[in-house]
Amino acid sequence: MSDVSDTAERSPDIIGGAGGPAARGPSPLNSAAAIFLKQREASVLLIAAILFIYFATTTPAFVSHGSFVNIAQYMAPYVIIGIGLVLLMVCGEIDLSVGFVWMLSPYVMHFFADSGLPILLAIVITVLILAVVIGGVNGIVTTYFGVPSLITTLGSGYIIFGYALTVSSAQQINLPDGSLGVGRWFGGEAWSEIIWATVLVLLFQVLLTRTRWGLYTISVGGNLLGAREAGIKVNKIKIGNFMLCSGFGAVAGILEAFKNNIIDPSAGQLAVVLVALAGVVIGGTAMLGGSGTVIGLWLGVLVLAILNDGFNLRGISSNKFQIILGAAILVAMIANTYLTRLRSAGRLGGARK
Amino acid sequence: MTVENSAVSGETFGQTDDILRAEHISKRYGAVTALVDVNLRLGRGEVLGLIGDNGAGKSTLLKTICGFQPPTTGRILLNGEEVHFSSVTQARAAGIDIVYQDLALVNQLTVYQNMFLNRELVRWPLLRNRSMRKRAKEQLDSIGISTLKSVDVEVASLSGGQRQAIAVARSVFSDAKVLLLDEPLAAMGVKEGAAILDLVRDLKDQGISIIIIAHNYGQVFPVCDRVNLLQGGKITFDKYSKDTSVEELTNIVVSEYRKALEERHRRTAAS
Ligand SMILES: Nc1ncnc2c1ncn2[C@@H]1O[C@H](COP(=O)(O)OP(=O)(O)O)[C@@H](O)[C@H]1O
Ligand SMILES: [Mg+2]
Repeated sequence: MSDVSDTAERSPDIIGGAGGPAARGPSPLNSAAAIFLKQREASVLLIAAILFIYFATTTPAFVSHGSFVNIAQYMAPYVIIGIGLVLLMVCGEIDLSVGFVWMLSPYVMHFFADSGLPILLAIVITVLILAVVIGGVNGIVTTYFGVPSLITTLGSGYIIFGYALTVSSAQQINLPDGSLGVGRWFGGEAWSEIIWATVLVLLFQVLLTRTRWGLYTISVGGNLLGAREAGIKVNKIKIGNFMLCSGFGAVAGILEAFKNNIIDPSAGQLAVVLVALAGVVIGGTAMLGGSGTVIGLWLGVLVLAILNDGFNLRGISSNKFQIILGAAILVAMIANTYLTRLRSAGRLGGARK
Repeated sequence: MTVENSAVSGETFGQTDDILRAEHISKRYGAVTALVDVNLRLGRGEVLGLIGDNGAGKSTLLKTICGFQPPTTGRILLNGEEVHFSSVTQARAAGIDIVYQDLALVNQLTVYQNMFLNRELVRWPLLRNRSMRKRAKEQLDSIGISTLKSVDVEVASLSGGQRQAIAVARSVFSDAKVLLLDEPLAAMGVKEGAAILDLVRDLKDQGISIIIIAHNYGQVFPVCDRVNLLQGGKITFDKYSKDTSVEELTNIVVSEYRKALEERHRRTAAS
């Protein structure tokens, strides 16, 4: 056990830190590759890179400002709700209602802005209220009443859906007067939404891997009874993550409204949850709880965005794109499973995740 | 025999300077009654062996003492004062820690993360991983029960004995005054088991009071000051080790088997 702390420093948790220490090994290139492949995010990064190169070399307009903006704008909202889904899946739960929070939130923001609150405050209050109320109800029904979260959030999702349709009369409305200046910071500008998404990803990757909350989230999903025995308040962790997830739904809905410059009753809903879930699992988060990665989610959604943008540019219809999306999920999952098996068999070097 | 034993039980229960007493504890899980009016005491610096058949209620008893679950009735006294723990965290703060039979380890976390689970070193908001790694390594080295190469591996990849060593180490270094060990030798080889028993002796020398559950009582008998037998949710036997022997315990267990056999035969004959 003499070189424990040494080994520890050499296994970076966040991808990208693999460069330096590798030089110490016998064959720098080999050990750099080994350290790279040991990362949970490696396979999805590889897939993203291959797809990028493929489209860059075969599709002329792919490497262009407009195309990159498309990729960024496609990614951002899925990444944002994906963070909440990663946290929930790591602690062994799921949330189908988050897409309906997305649908509802800009209407709620509009209501608060109409009642005289400054737009910034309206945004903050909307996010907080929806997080606490919807996430809280989802969490309490799931933990205290023992309803599986798939069912809980199916039910709450429909309730929110019906409520949103009712209060909006299923009508589009314009953004609150005078909100456009602020809106530029929240999705109005081409890059603003992906910047928010990426900052949140980095923050929550740190939360998941470097804080108590993250550790307990992993523990609750990895060994529920064990976590309870260790004295972790497992219901608090689960409810908290449900609240975070609803909060992300509210943020995504508001950012999208500013991006599209309209509040639209067809936004969000179940379809966006499914796309985000695809990004989550392609990114390497386990369905069974106990392990997951927020960075991986970002890369997983990047894969979907590259596919979407690339095939779009080649004139493939969005109908056919669904087939490609499905195939991508399966291929990425098979690659992930295969790499994980190699990793745990020790064929890729060390013992890290 | 049982009559004589319960008389003995009453006798040692008269002690007053106990660090821990569980009085008239009963515990029901719905229709299942796991404990019936259990009286258990633990002297200061004493090692108490708690033995009994599978399902006798041993784990249930320790889980009510460590704050994991409240008893249905009865009370627990620590240093003569009644305590009501609403969580294991509270019990730990009061000086009671436990190694669970199922170890309560999280497979997806590393060795050091498990050793500091719910007792992390934090510089808010971040975990102090480096310090925890270092300390975990020192602690495992110092009790000498580990064949681990690194504290940075996930516990999923470890052997049963190594996992048990980690669970024991985590409780040993918690500054507990009362340590509850639920089958700490179950998954261990002979060498590892011997190291744990040595550790129990060391802890006793440091003045820590210990309850140790062991299915294989012959193994732990040498380190125990006293032995309690739990049968069907009741303590039916309570003697100092010097007043009993492994043979006597074996006789009791054998007679329990004989009774169970006779019962079976009577039932099959009747039907
Ligand atoms: N959480 C629980 N829910 C229902 N019954 C339980 C629970 N825990 C233990 N029991 C029951 O209580 C009895 C005693 O169990 P336990 O304390 O684990 O026995 P031991 O540790 O002596 O083998 C058994 O009949 C067991 O089935
Ligand atoms: Mg037991």
